[in-house]
Amino acid sequence: MSANTFKTVDLNTDFEIRSQNSICVNRSALDKPIWSNLKFAFAGILFGIILVKSQAISWFRIQEMFRLQSFHMYGLIGSAVAVGIISVFIIKKFKIRSIDGEPIYFEPKKFNKGQIYGGLLFGFGWALTGACPGPLFALIGSGATVIIVTLFSAIVGTWVYGFFRNKLPH
Amino acid sequence: MNFIEWIKQPWPWYVAGPLIGLTIPVLLILGNKSFGVSASLRHICAACAPLNVPFFKYDWKKEVWNLFFVGGILLGGVITAFFLSNPNPVVIDPKLATELAGYGVTNTEGLVPKDLFNWGNLLSIKGIILMVGGGFLVGFGTRYAGGCTSGHAIMGLSNLQLPSLIATCCFMIGGFFFANIVLPLILKL
Repeated sequence: MSANTFKTVDLNTDFEIRSQNSICVNRSALDKPIWSNLKFAFAGILFGIILVKSQAISWFRIQEMFRLQSFHMYGLIGSAVAVGIISVFIIKKFKIRSIDGEPIYFEPKKFNKGQIYGGLLFGFGWALTGACPGPLFALIGSGATVIIVTLFSAIVGTWVYGFFRNKLPH
Repeated sequence: MNFIEWIKQPWPWYVAGPLIGLTIPVLLILGNKSFGVSASLRHICAACAPLNVPFFKYDWKKEVWNLFFVGGILLGGVITAFFLSNPNPVVIDPKLATELAGYGVTNTEGLVPKDLFNWGNLLSIKGIILMVGGGFLVGFGTRYAGGCTSGHAIMGLSNLQLPSLIATCCFMIGGFFFANIVLPLILKL
């Protein structure tokens, strides 16, 4: 009994820490073997191909977007969000379950000032590198090997944020 | 034009955008996962160098799906480069081409400007600011904001989250400011 209680508390604390992320909080309580993740690798492959072929990973397209010289990126993100809104609506409306039979859970995001300060800082980096995190991986794959340095630097940036997290305004 | 030739062309936004949007229900239905990429950087920190930082002390193995996903993105880049790459040069806006040529950036082939992003440039001031400094801001900023273009602008907005709208607006404000005001100063170096 006491062991059970401890486990619940431990899981909740763990979830609290993970939810600071505000994204990628994995609500699935299922314990699945590691190879079951291969389906996500497959989804990643398709997403990577779409990123390259849509030119969303092109430094030039990002510069055009921030200079209002092209509609391409606005159309791309806008139509992605439109399809996303409809998909989320359908999933909620018909209570669609995952292929494992779990109810699909949406984590509401809480506002904090980090979304402003961090958002601006990421915007600066996006304009310089022409890439957000997804495209960094796709660019390396597509042969721009020097972006490995940029990805490593982004990992260091994430680490430095984690280190100074308590001292930053949120 | 056969299918392979057609698919090698750059995809228009009205084809690629909805496909990106479909990634959301695919991940949710495959395993209750919220679409997002930048958290993978945090999981890499947690896996490789938690070093007693509380932010990295969690069971990253529970989030390993995200590392499979970004590994797939990288592989998708490889597959596209080998089998689906566009044989024609990318058309860029003439105003942008003129502006870049003013900074000596004339090679507009490929996805990144090879005049700026190359191994040889890594030790120049320009190269360090763009590749190292830019990468740092991407990693620091996305985690501070709690998400990136995928987690906030696409997943968050699709779920009608106000914090994600605020974050997305800040991404754009920051990008507009740096691309128009700061980047020209850096390229002049």
